[in-house]
Amino acid sequence: MSPEQFLDFAIAVALGLLSLAMLLVTWRIMRGPSLPDRILALDMLVNIGIGYIVIVAIKTGFMLYLDIAISLGLIGFLATIAFARFVLQRWRIRTTNHSQPNNPEGEG
Amino acid sequence: MTALMSYIAGVLVLIGAVFTLIAAIGILRLPDLYTRMHAASKAGTLGAGLLMVSLAFYAFDASVVLRAMAGVLFLLLTAPVSAHLLARAAYTAGYKPAEITSINELDPKAKSND
Repeated sequence: MSPEQFLDFAIAVALGLLSLAMLLVTWRIMRGPSLPDRILALDMLVNIGIGYIVIVAIKTGFMLYLDIAISLGLIGFLATIAFARFVLQRWRIRTTNHSQPNNPEGEG
Repeated sequence: MTALMSYIAGVLVLIGAVFTLIAAIGILRLPDLYTRMHAASKAGTLGAGLLMVSLAFYAFDASVVLRAMAGVLFLLLTAPVSAHLLARAAYTAGYKPAEITSINELDPKAKSND
């Protein structure tokens, strides 16, 4: 098997595996069961997106895609931080408004 | 030399994709948020990082290698920070770990024993 053939084969297999991974993570986003689970799955989805972009960079030969992958990683990091602050903020608002013990299971 | 780099890049692409798939399976199958976080922040980061390293091997050009190394470093630095922030926020907001969790050092009852 020549190097180009092997690389094409590896790229095809890797794209299939990443598609399967994206399907599983999307299933977790739909099922929940809580808001942090969905945030975590979205974070993982960003990682899979980075993988896709890098593989497309190898496939097409455009190295500009690497910069796009790095920016996507930055955006995913900031989004996860913002979501974490949102979870905390929502809990604070709920505990100051109602004095009953909070039970967030099965919500969001 | 170029042929060897293509082989290395192909093998790294396969390993990275397999790690990403393992992380996705972990996210789907593990019992609660805090165990799912292990899969997402370790295997997921390793998968994306290995794919970037494979791009560096494929191009084998100074600017691409440097950018890929910067990207991997960025991923390795930000993944634990975001995972810790999310876990801290979720635990503070009252999302309980699964029943089979045996060690919970944030639990005040566990702290009083030692």
